[in-house]
Amino acid sequence: MSTLLPDFAEMARALRAGKVSSRELTGDCLARIKRHDSSLNSFISVYPEQALAAADAADKAIASGSAGPLTGIPMAHKDIFCAEGTRTTVGSKMLDNFVSPYDSRVVSGLAAAGMVSVGKTNMDEFAMGSSNETSYFGPVKNPWDLQRSPGGSSGGSAAAVAAGLVPAATGTDTGGSIRQPAALTGLTGLKPTYGRVSRYGMVAFASSLDQAGTLTRSAADAALMLGAMAGFDERDSTCANVPVPDYSATLNDSLQGKTIGVPKEFFDDGLEAGCAQAVQDAIAEYQKLGATVKEVSLPNLAMSVPVYYIVAPAECSSNLSRFDGVRFGYRTESTGDLADMYTRTRSEAFGAEVKRRIMTGAYVLSAGYYDAYYLQAQKVRQLISDDLSRCFAEVDLIIGPTTPTPAFKLGEKMGDPVQMYLNDMYTIAANLAGLPAISVPCGTSQNLPVGLQLIGTQFAEGLLLNCAHQYQQATDWHLRTPEISGGVA
Amino acid sequence: MSWEVVIGLEIHAQLATKSKIFSGASTAFGAQPNAQACLVDLGYPGVLPVLNEQAVAMAVKFGVAVGAEITRRSVFARKNYFYPDLPKGYQISQFELPIVGNGQLTIKLEDGTEKVVGITRAHLEEDAGKSLHDIFSDRTGIDLNRAGTPLLEIVSEPDMRSAAEAVTYMRKIHQIVRYLGVCDGSMQEGSFRCDANVSVRPMGQEELGTRTELKNINSFRFVERAINFEIQRQIDLIEDGGTVTQETRLYDPDKDETRSMRSKEEANDYRYFPDPDLLPVVIDDDFIAAIKAELPELPAAKTIRFAESFGLKSAQIETLVGDVDMAAYFEQVVGEGADPRLAANYVLGDLTAALNKDSLEIAVSKISAVDMAGLIKRVMDNTISGKIAKEVFEAMWSGEGSADAVIESRGLKQITDTGAIEAAVDQAIADNPQQVAEFKGGKEKVLGFFVGKVMQLTQGKANPGQVNKLLRDKLSA
Repeated sequence: MSTLLPDFAEMARALRAGKVSSRELTGDCLARIKRHDSSLNSFISVYPEQALAAADAADKAIASGSAGPLTGIPMAHKDIFCAEGTRTTVGSKMLDNFVSPYDSRVVSGLAAAGMVSVGKTNMDEFAMGSSNETSYFGPVKNPWDLQRSPGGSSGGSAAAVAAGLVPAATGTDTGGSIRQPAALTGLTGLKPTYGRVSRYGMVAFASSLDQAGTLTRSAADAALMLGAMAGFDERDSTCANVPVPDYSATLNDSLQGKTIGVPKEFFDDGLEAGCAQAVQDAIAEYQKLGATVKEVSLPNLAMSVPVYYIVAPAECSSNLSRFDGVRFGYRTESTGDLADMYTRTRSEAFGAEVKRRIMTGAYVLSAGYYDAYYLQAQKVRQLISDDLSRCFAEVDLIIGPTTPTPAFKLGEKMGDPVQMYLNDMYTIAANLAGLPAISVPCGTSQNLPVGLQLIGTQFAEGLLLNCAHQYQQATDWHLRTPEISGGVA
Repeated sequence: MSWEVVIGLEIHAQLATKSKIFSGASTAFGAQPNAQACLVDLGYPGVLPVLNEQAVAMAVKFGVAVGAEITRRSVFARKNYFYPDLPKGYQISQFELPIVGNGQLTIKLEDGTEKVVGITRAHLEEDAGKSLHDIFSDRTGIDLNRAGTPLLEIVSEPDMRSAAEAVTYMRKIHQIVRYLGVCDGSMQEGSFRCDANVSVRPMGQEELGTRTELKNINSFRFVERAINFEIQRQIDLIEDGGTVTQETRLYDPDKDETRSMRSKEEANDYRYFPDPDLLPVVIDDDFIAAIKAELPELPAAKTIRFAESFGLKSAQIETLVGDVDMAAYFEQVVGEGADPRLAANYVLGDLTAALNKDSLEIAVSKISAVDMAGLIKRVMDNTISGKIAKEVFEAMWSGEGSADAVIESRGLKQITDTGAIEAAVDQAIADNPQQVAEFKGGKEKVLGFFVGKVMQLTQGKANPGQVNKLLRDKLSA
C-alpha cells in the first residue's frame, strides 16, 4: 500500500504526527521506482542509500522539532543539476561518466530545506528536445499512455511525478521544458522569472533563457518548493537580488478585481479542438472566481519559435564547447592529432539533435551571418518582449493553452524537427521575455491531460501560484492520476 | 625608394588583482601546475563567471590616466575557438563595447621632440592556460593556473613610425601601469607582453601597406629587434617584386627572425557574441570620481616636483622617475633625512650598479631605503668619508648590517682628532723631503701625494678636509 499522500501539506502533517516516517515515504518511492520505472524509464540514476540516509536525518529533524514544511518529503532532480559525488549526465553520452564535485544551488537549497532526493531523472540530451526522445538513456514513456511521449526536456521528472514515483521533481525550462511536460502529464509546472532561481550548478543549454523550476501535483506544493529554490546567489551574475516572498501566504488571496488577458494569437488553427475547449472552460472558471477576462494581442508571437531557434542554438553552440574531451566527460578511444581528438570525441558523444543545434548556432554567429540572424533575432526578441509588456499594462496575467495538442506518440515527430519545435509555440515567449509562467491541468482531450498556461510579469510568481491554486481549489483536474500511479491521490 | 614604416601595438598587461577576473582562485605566479585553477577556471559543467570588481577599477584607472573615454556600459563577449588550454572553448573578452575607449599618450622621441600616440581602446579579458610540451615525452600537459587571469589589452593606433618609437611607447605604457599599480610589469613572468602590427608603404603614400602581426614578444629588446627584422623583410620582399601576405608571425629571438604562424585564410572565425552569463558593466560618475581621487602621482607631475623640491639634474630626475619603485626608494631615503643630492648619487650610482650586478629589482634591494639613509647621514656628519662610504656600502650589501654597525665593527670611524691627524701629517712631511721641496718650488699638485700618504698612515680614516688644511699650513710654513 502506498504511503504517498496527495500534497506536501498532508505529508508534513503525517510526518509530524508520527503517522509516517520520511524513511517510509522514501522507501515507498524507491519501491515504486523499482516496480514501475522499467516501463517508464524516467530515472537515469537512483541513490537508495543516500536517499535513506537523508530520510533518516529528516526523521531526526522532525523528532527534534526543527523540521520545515518540506523536511522529509522525497523528490527527484532532473539530471541537469550538479549534485556533489553523484553522476550528472544531462542525458548525454558525453557526461555518462561525469561525477560532479559540487552541488548546484537548487540541489543545496532543497537539501537544506530537508527534501530527500532519491535520484536523477531522464531528460532530452542537454535539455534539447520536446519529447524526451533525444536522451542517450532512451525515451521516457508517458504514464497516461506508454505509447506516448511525456514531453520534454524535463520528461523524466514529469513522468516520475505523474506516475507517483516521487511527489515532486525539479526541472529546467528554456523554451517550455517544464510547462510542456507538465501539460502532457497532468501536472503543475512552474517556470519562474529569469533570475529568480540561481543557475549555478545547472548545466547550461541557453544561458539567457534557462531557468530552473518545479514539477508538482499542485500549485501549493510548487509554492513551498520555489521558496527553497529561489533567492539571490552571488555565484550567478544573472541571478536577481530580489527578496523571496512567502509564496504560500498569498495562495488564498481573492481573484476579485484581477484582469486576465487572452491573446487571440493563442487560439489559432494550430490549437487542437479538445485543448481549445478545455482552455475555454478554464477561462470561464476564472470568471466565476471573480476575474475579468479581456482579449489581448501578441502580434509577434508567430516569430517566437524562429527567434528561439536562433538564440538558443547560438548560445548552446558556445556553451557546449567545453565538452571537448580534455578535462572531463567522454574522450574518444582513437589517438590521432588534436583536431582529430576533438572531432571524434564530439561526433561520438553528442546525439543528432545536439549536433543540429550546435551547427545551427555556429552558423548564425559566424562572420557575415551574425547581423542577419543573431542580431536580427535579438531585435525580434525585444519586439516580442515589448508585446508582452504592452499587454501587462492592461492585464494582471495572460492565459492560454500550454501546448497545441495533448501528448503525441513516441516517434511521431522525431523525423520532422520543425513539427517538434512547433510544440513549444505557446511557451517560448515567456522565456524570450524572461517572464514567469505556470502550466496547470485543466481538462482532457482524447483522454489525455491538457495544460492551461498562465504568464505573469517579472517576479509575479506569487500571483501565478495564487491564481493556479484558486483554480485548483475550484477544480479537481490536478488530482486525477494515471492508472499506473495506483491512485496516489 | 624610401619607405615609411607603420606600427601599431597591442599590449597585454596582466592586472595585479589578487584573484582571477571571473573566479576566486589566486593569481600568484609560480604555483604547481593546476594548483590555482578552481572549477570556474576549469570550465566545469554548470559553473558561472562572476566579475572581479577590482579588475574593472584597474581598467578604469588606466583609462583615466591616459585621458581616455570610459565606456559607461561595456559588454563582455565570448571569443569562440577550440584549444586545450582554453577550458570553456571560448575566451571571455570584450569586443564591440570595450571598457576604455579613445585616449592618447605623449612620448618623447630620441631627438627630443614629442609625439602623441593614439590609444584606440583597452579592453578586459581573461588569459588562457598554458600547454606544456616538454614535461611528458608522449603527450602535452595543460596547466590552467593562468587561465582566468585578468588582462587589459591596450590597443594603439598605427601611429608609430619606427621600432624605436614603438619601444618608447611600450616603455611609457609600462611606466604608467607600474605607477598606477595595476600591473607588476614583469615581462619575464609574462605579465606585460606585446603583439606588433607592422606594415611599410612608399613614403608619401596615404594607403596603408599590408600588415603582419608579430605575436607575443616578451622583452623591450626583442620588440625592437623583431620589428626591425620584419620591416627589412617586408621591404626586401616588395623590392624584389613580391607582396606582403596578411598573416600572423612569430618572432624567434634565438635566430633573430620572424616566421609565419598562420595566414588570414587560416584565421579563426571567432563567432563573437555578448556573453549571456555576464551583465553589462555599468560605470557611473561616482565610480570614475572615486578612481580619479585615488589616482597616484604620475611621472609628469613627479618630474616637476622632483625638480622643484630636490634641485637635481634633469638626467637624474628622468632616471629616478622612470621607475616608480626607484622614485619611491629615493623619496624614502630623503624622507629619512638624507641630503637629496647625495641620495640621488648613491641611488643612481652604487645602488644601481649593485642591483644590476646581482640582477635585482630595487623593490627587493639588499639595502633598505632606511639603511641607505643611515649610510648617507654618516657621510653628512663626517663620521666617514665618501671613500670609506664605498667600503661600508659593500659591507652592507653583503649583509653585514646597518652603516653604523659596519662602521663600528670594522672600526671605520673617521679621525677628526687634530692631534692624531697632525702626527700623521708631520710624519708624511718628514718621510718625503723631496716632495716637500717640489711643493715649495710651486708644484701644487704634490699636495695630493701628501694627502694619499696621510690617508695611508691613518688607514683612510682621517677627515680629508682637516688633512688638506693641516698639510697646506705646514708645507707653506
